[in-house]
Amino acid sequence: MRRLFPFPLLAFSLFVMWVLLTGFSPGHVLVAAAVALLLPRVMLPLGWERPKIRFCRAMLTLARIVIADIIRSNIAVGKIVLMRRPDRKSGFIQLPVALRDPYALAVLAIILTATPGTLWVQHDPRRNVILIHVLDLIDEQQWIDLIKHRYERLLLEIFE
Amino acid sequence: MIQAPDLPGWAAIIVGLLLFAGAAFTLVGTLGLIRLKTFYDRVHAPTLGASLGTVLVATASMICFTVLQTRPVIHELLIILFVTLTTPVTLILLARAALYRDRSEGAAHVPADDE
Repeated sequence: MRRLFPFPLLAFSLFVMWVLLTGFSPGHVLVAAAVALLLPRVMLPLGWERPKIRFCRAMLTLARIVIADIIRSNIAVGKIVLMRRPDRKSGFIQLPVALRDPYALAVLAIILTATPGTLWVQHDPRRNVILIHVLDLIDEQQWIDLIKHRYERLLLEIFE
Repeated sequence: MIQAPDLPGWAAIIVGLLLFAGAAFTLVGTLGLIRLKTFYDRVHAPTLGASLGTVLVATASMICFTVLQTRPVIHELLIILFVTLTTPVTLILLARAALYRDRSEGAAHVPADDE
């Protein structure tokens, strides 16, 4: 099974993507299966290690939190753009992280950047510190707590 | 000119509201590019269109074509997925480039590289 599907999640995603794009005809399901079987092999020579993902409740919790946060921060950033507050201050935050897994860090980078108002800028792998930019920086410690308790705890559960 | 005359009224209202909301969020994000003053602030603005703007417009499209063709049309989910995954990569690269230049010019408002 491992030899046939070196990256099972990637194979499954490719299959679903192909079927969604071409419609549910038997011929295309066959083509989708062939694509899912062959294409993930491209990843092997690149030497990426397999992500260690634990399928658990934490995934659903994380998805729910991220969706809620994206909606809330869309409205918050919209307000900042429309009503210029003179006391608004933006700035950088240095944030120490406990995450080591590169896939988990990539997910955190995408979550932080896809959410309006926070932007992932840099990751220092030696000190394990990430640099983020925040549009509405009221209390630095509040942002650090938010990211560590809301996202990092769940990502640690999923990836490590 | 009516593009979708077969769309029932209730669906037209839902689709219209979703499209309007999505377009409004995208417009506010675009306005942000003008109204915010520094580069790092401006990078935040387009994410409005890339997150909620895209989701609302794609949802409107899914509802519209599902009702019109009376079968589930959900491949717009892929648009949401790929826009959500790829926009941050561009934004991070832009921010990194700006940071690199600011640091090499010795700008005071960016944190120094401690490596």
